[in-house]
Amino acid sequence: MKSNIRALYFLPYVLWILLFVVVPILLIIYYSFFNIEGTFSFENYEKFFTPVYLKMALSSFWYAFLITAFSLLIAYPTALLLTKTKHKQLWLLLIILPMWINLLLKAYAFLGIFGTYGIANHFLELIGVGAKQILFTDFSFVFVSVYIFVPFMILPIFNALEKLNPTLVDAAKDLGASPWITFRRVIFPLTLDGVKSGCQAVFIPALSLFMITRLIAGNRVITLGTAIEQHFLVTQNWGMGATIAVFLILAMVIIMFLTGNRK
Amino acid sequence: MNRKWKVSNIYLIIVFFILYAPIFYLIYYSFNSGGKMHHFENFTLDWYKEVLQDVRLLIIVLNTIVIALLSAAISTIIGVFGALAIYSVKTRRVKNTLLSLNNVLLVSPDVIIGASFLILFTIVGIQLGFISVLLSHIAFSVPIVVLMVLPKLQEMSPTLIDAARDLGASQWNVITKVVIPYITPGIFAGFFMALTYSLDDFAVTFFVTGNGFSTLSVEIYSMARQGISLTINALSTLIFLLTILLVIGYYFITLRYNRPGRLGGRK
Amino acid sequence: MKKIVQMFAIVFIASFAILFFIARLNASEGYSGDNTLTIYNWGEYIDPELIDRFEKETGIKVIYQTFDSNEAMMTKISQGGTTFDIAVPSEYAISKMKEEGLLIPIDHSKIPNLKYINPRFLNLSFDPGNKYSIPYFWGTVGILYNPEALGGKKIDSWNDLWDKDMKNQILLVDGAREVIGMGLNSLGYSLNDTNKDHLLEAKKKLDKLTPNVKAIVGDEIKMLMANEEAGAALVWSGDAADIMWENEKLDYVVPKEGSNLWFDNMVIPKTAKNIEGAHKFINFMLDPKVAAQNAEYVGYSTPNEKALEYLPKEISEDERFYPSPELTDKLEVYENLGKRMLSYYNDLFLEFKMHSK
Repeated sequence: MKSNIRALYFLPYVLWILLFVVVPILLIIYYSFFNIEGTFSFENYEKFFTPVYLKMALSSFWYAFLITAFSLLIAYPTALLLTKTKHKQLWLLLIILPMWINLLLKAYAFLGIFGTYGIANHFLELIGVGAKQILFTDFSFVFVSVYIFVPFMILPIFNALEKLNPTLVDAAKDLGASPWITFRRVIFPLTLDGVKSGCQAVFIPALSLFMITRLIAGNRVITLGTAIEQHFLVTQNWGMGATIAVFLILAMVIIMFLTGNRK
Repeated sequence: MNRKWKVSNIYLIIVFFILYAPIFYLIYYSFNSGGKMHHFENFTLDWYKEVLQDVRLLIIVLNTIVIALLSAAISTIIGVFGALAIYSVKTRRVKNTLLSLNNVLLVSPDVIIGASFLILFTIVGIQLGFISVLLSHIAFSVPIVVLMVLPKLQEMSPTLIDAARDLGASQWNVITKVVIPYITPGIFAGFFMALTYSLDDFAVTFFVTGNGFSTLSVEIYSMARQGISLTINALSTLIFLLTILLVIGYYFITLRYNRPGRLGGRK
Repeated sequence: MKKIVQMFAIVFIASFAILFFIARLNASEGYSGDNTLTIYNWGEYIDPELIDRFEKETGIKVIYQTFDSNEAMMTKISQGGTTFDIAVPSEYAISKMKEEGLLIPIDHSKIPNLKYINPRFLNLSFDPGNKYSIPYFWGTVGILYNPEALGGKKIDSWNDLWDKDMKNQILLVDGAREVIGMGLNSLGYSLNDTNKDHLLEAKKKLDKLTPNVKAIVGDEIKMLMANEEAGAALVWSGDAADIMWENEKLDYVVPKEGSNLWFDNMVIPKTAKNIEGAHKFINFMLDPKVAAQNAEYVGYSTPNEKALEYLPKEISEDERFYPSPELTDKLEVYENLGKRMLSYYNDLFLEFKMHSK
């Protein structure tokens, strides 16, 4: 009886996995072995292990790491403070709301805000710092990326905080722990799962950003996503694009393994 | 106590300000007679008038909304099943494999997802249009639903289920009366994330659409080459206002609905 | 549980209501009828009034879809599952599509207005005899610059961009052929050069340009230049016309070493359903008055010679966008260099981008 019901809810999900995950992965791996002329070859993989692509991979990882770190730094306090407000669900929805406005539009808005004659520079001039080159820098790239990913980090942390047993915090306080120690020893460890899913939901997509690398960073930042987009859309070298995708998938598997549950 | 409260408030205000800054920028320029998103000339409502007269745009917006709603709903259902499935698997190896497979679509660049789905659909022979877009959106939203629901399942104390069974609950009742209410916040979170993924998607939709079926994102990206018309700003403002009203309205309605029978604050 | 069931119920009911509404709208607009013409064009690349006029004159309902890159468009058409009757690819895409058998020959007897097209724009290497394509808009690649921001500097050649006083002043479009082509032209080589030594030389020279390059961007280059984010940019002439219309301080020049001559032509993909209608549409767009109206709206250069008579003199006599025959002769159309060579161009470009850091 039990296994019948389990099969019921196993089925749609496994079906989805087979059709939309396993089959596309197989297709991608299949394509990665074909070079631009359509013949079977390993040259895509050879190309990947050259300095150009390895540098690109390193760069992608570095930026993804930065973005994840900053998102966490900003998201955690936000989530924490949100749980203490009166209409927390409302505020949470309001945090997600901006994500429903098209990304390209928001990027254009940032181009205007961070432009040489934009609002940000006007503000900087007002406070006496003077206009700076904000666009096409590492700073603006990380800033806008964090802007996009922060809600993805806030949600799981918020959920984790909500389920935290408040008596544990009270107990810590009773035992004389300062707020910082309470946070470090009680709250944070207990919400670690939320932090982990947040990091996964941010780090992994951040590896393949390409719209923002062009719009905000002016291609001064190159990620693996830039290369993939170029190969799939411009060169029509699906083989090479697929090869890079294979490595992205491998990277994801490794990260998941490293941050997975070890219970 | 008061001082700390102020600092945290300021922090939240700054976060919200930054989150909404680009949106306000867009709204501001939707009234620009100058036609572009810089050098504000004169205040005008022309763009709004254009939006309301453009039937093609209206169809595109409705397409976008329908796809978002349906794909979010269906992917949430599949995602919840998936989370339950992963949760109930006992062997760690199988669990991790399923999780990795689940997350593949989250890591893959949109372009690759779009391209591989396109190949898939043409092989199977599905006509490109509403159906292919819907299936694709469902497909890429499932992982995030799983990621939102699974942590809640894992935090749930298994003794709850044992207790329910001890009290004679059937498997069905255990799921509907114990598990699901516990993970409801995760389900809602998953639903909204799925909505978001769908509304924002461009690359996947672009690859798998056809037959005149278009969504707002595809439309906007195609406009970029010639310059995005301010009708889009006006449209986005309208959608934004509508959504805010819906969200706030829904929230206060459910508050009122929940009030009778609740004695005091809920912690 | 009840809350969830409620939510799902609302979502499904709302969705089906909307679907019903959409179907009604589509039917009322004639989109689901039989006499339709599906056009696949660049975004904002036609005066919407002209579509209305075409529909009124012929009774055919137009379904209009847009794309933002040749490659994406080609992928859609070659994969199948679409029923576009008209597409508007760029010249290099047309030669690729021809090669892959994606196009239907155009019956010139059905498009008498073809006679109005300037013969200079017909019978080009990418489509001899115009068997498969009819010119829609054309243009050049050149330098858009802000004399004021550059201290009164006058630019008329690619090599001007390498000057020391251009530090951090240049925006480039995200196009491998455009950028590598600039490198090749500046060394006196052809845009279609396949000699690897020449290409490496061009790449080396481009690497020297990197201190002057502020960013490599896409369509947002228009907004950026209008906002005076940079002193100069490598752009397509049509974009330049748009930007200059917004910001009168800017000027455009086709460099004297030579440059690219590009075309966007109308084609009939092999997946077309309404071939008669497609021919009617092409003939309609070739009408001089229609072409003139379109050129004024879109802002790009029309290949329709008779249409020039209907354009305001300030447009038709602007040498920057309607250059003299002598200059036009120096310009080259991109040839299809073959997959392997194009891949090499793109690899060089990728390396250039990484070097730009």
